[in-house]
Amino acid sequence: MLRLFLYQRELTPSLITVALFLYFTVRAGSNFTDSLSLSSCAGYAGPVAGIAVGEVLLLVLAEIDLSAGQVFLFCPWVMYWLNGTVPLGVAIVLALLASAGVGAINGLITVRLNVPSFVTTLATNFILYGAVLVGSNEVEGSPIPLSGKTGFISSVMGVGTWAEIIWVVVIAIILAVVFTRTRFGVRIIATGGNLVGAAEAGVPIRRVKVWAFVVCSFLSGLVGIVDAIKYGTLDPGNFGVNYILYAVGACVIGGTALTGGRGTVIGAFIGAILIGILEGGLTVIGVSTNDFFIYIGVVIILAMALNAQFDRLVARSRSR
Amino acid sequence: MSAGAQPGGPQPPVGDGVAALEVRGVTKSFGALAVLRGIDLTLRQGEVLGLVGDNGAGKSTLVKILSGFHSQDEGQILIDGNRVSFNSVASARAHGIETVYQDLALIPQLPVYQNLFLGHELTLLGPLRLLDKREMRKLARQYLDDINVHVPSVDADAEQLSGGQRQAIAVARAVRAATKILLLDEPLAAMGARESRLIVDLVKDLASSGRVSIIVIDHNYAHLFELCDRINVMQGGRITLDRQVSQTSLEELTELMVSSYRRQLEEVQSAGA
Repeated sequence: MLRLFLYQRELTPSLITVALFLYFTVRAGSNFTDSLSLSSCAGYAGPVAGIAVGEVLLLVLAEIDLSAGQVFLFCPWVMYWLNGTVPLGVAIVLALLASAGVGAINGLITVRLNVPSFVTTLATNFILYGAVLVGSNEVEGSPIPLSGKTGFISSVMGVGTWAEIIWVVVIAIILAVVFTRTRFGVRIIATGGNLVGAAEAGVPIRRVKVWAFVVCSFLSGLVGIVDAIKYGTLDPGNFGVNYILYAVGACVIGGTALTGGRGTVIGAFIGAILIGILEGGLTVIGVSTNDFFIYIGVVIILAMALNAQFDRLVARSRSR
Repeated sequence: MSAGAQPGGPQPPVGDGVAALEVRGVTKSFGALAVLRGIDLTLRQGEVLGLVGDNGAGKSTLVKILSGFHSQDEGQILIDGNRVSFNSVASARAHGIETVYQDLALIPQLPVYQNLFLGHELTLLGPLRLLDKREMRKLARQYLDDINVHVPSVDADAEQLSGGQRQAIAVARAVRAATKILLLDEPLAAMGARESRLIVDLVKDLASSGRVSIIVIDHNYAHLFELCDRINVMQGGRITLDRQVSQTSLEELTELMVSSYRRQLEEVQSAGA
């Protein structure tokens, strides 16, 4: 039984998420389970999950991308600026390419210049923030194309109540398959689990890392576009670090070790859902959002402590 | 055995055909530290060559150059008489060179079968390179059975195995993948008697098949004498002795190592005086 929890790290956060859901349902009844409240949970969880499922790849590699939250905000600005100059579809593609490009730059600086990714991405985070402030002249971005419109494409691209969370679920499923069933996924775990060993076994560790940065940035940008279309305006003062810290928190809650080699896409996704339900649920039962930060901090520490204990038990079972 | 023969310099290769691997004048420095000062070494086809020497003699550095992990500063490497240059582990591997390292290239968080195929993953068709897990499991099970390596399950993560089991997997991976040259850097380090036996037998089997040429680094002379056709001694970044196993003895090697150790000790003492 214990083994199950030791080797299925997503199990504990899943059970806690279900327990939280039941708790809020019992406390608030249909106030919590109605679609307005659930969609606000999904609204909290969506951006966090969208960034976290890419971020977890980097954390498993024992790297980090602090700029992913800013890419999430930057990508829709690129779309907004280009729209009109080029058709919207082209603007979206170029914005996504720009996001992927930020990831490639993050990755190449990290592996070629040997700059710790914490520093590389801290810097690109500031640069992107500055680029948005300069490019927008601190004027709010509005109206966002597709936003507030009816029609199939608009609702799919974010206007529909559940569009963003469905995007994120689909992304999470695809990425989970990539992570557990493809050569790229195995090589991420190998590189993060034993860097020298993986290199000696012939894994192209630098290429694996750069691609992981690209994937993380690309997905953050993609979800960023959907999120912008959902809300309809772009605030140039919005700072990406807010998002990235939630995303890293979600990964940790989902069983990711920041030391590399351990963590899953599904875990990160569940961590984000847990955060969304906690935030939405506390709002519904009338706890102020200020208290939410205290709860979320406690949950993160408990999750990390639990994982550390699990790691110790795994180590002990080996030494028998 | 000609016990007591004078330690001499490297002997010219007694060539029967082209050498599987030839190293000519290879040097390597890390900053100011010259680790290899001109290595000349020949590995004949199907031969098992033992490499002995003190810690810091440069054996592991040489192995890391031959496996493409480092590149040499000067000198040449020839495979089957053709000059090659490696710029990555993958390029050395493309020439049929496989390596088992001292520091165990296993990934603790990956299952046995994925470790066994790491760097050679079997994938299904398609751009995603989906892993053929079923086939890899099956082949891993078969192969480990064939070579008598026992693990609880091929699905067990490497971190759940004993040190000896992990080493056996690391050796098995390289033995399986080697098509031309196998480099073993202390494959028996930290292994129990039973597991050492297993690895020695594994390497002997491979050697007797004649399909690969092997270089083994080890401190256990008894194992080396059992495994090897020839032994080279490395000291201070050079090869200082090259002997057929049939023409040397444990005593000669031991004496050589001890005398060099004594010399070093005297140098240190006279420097300190």
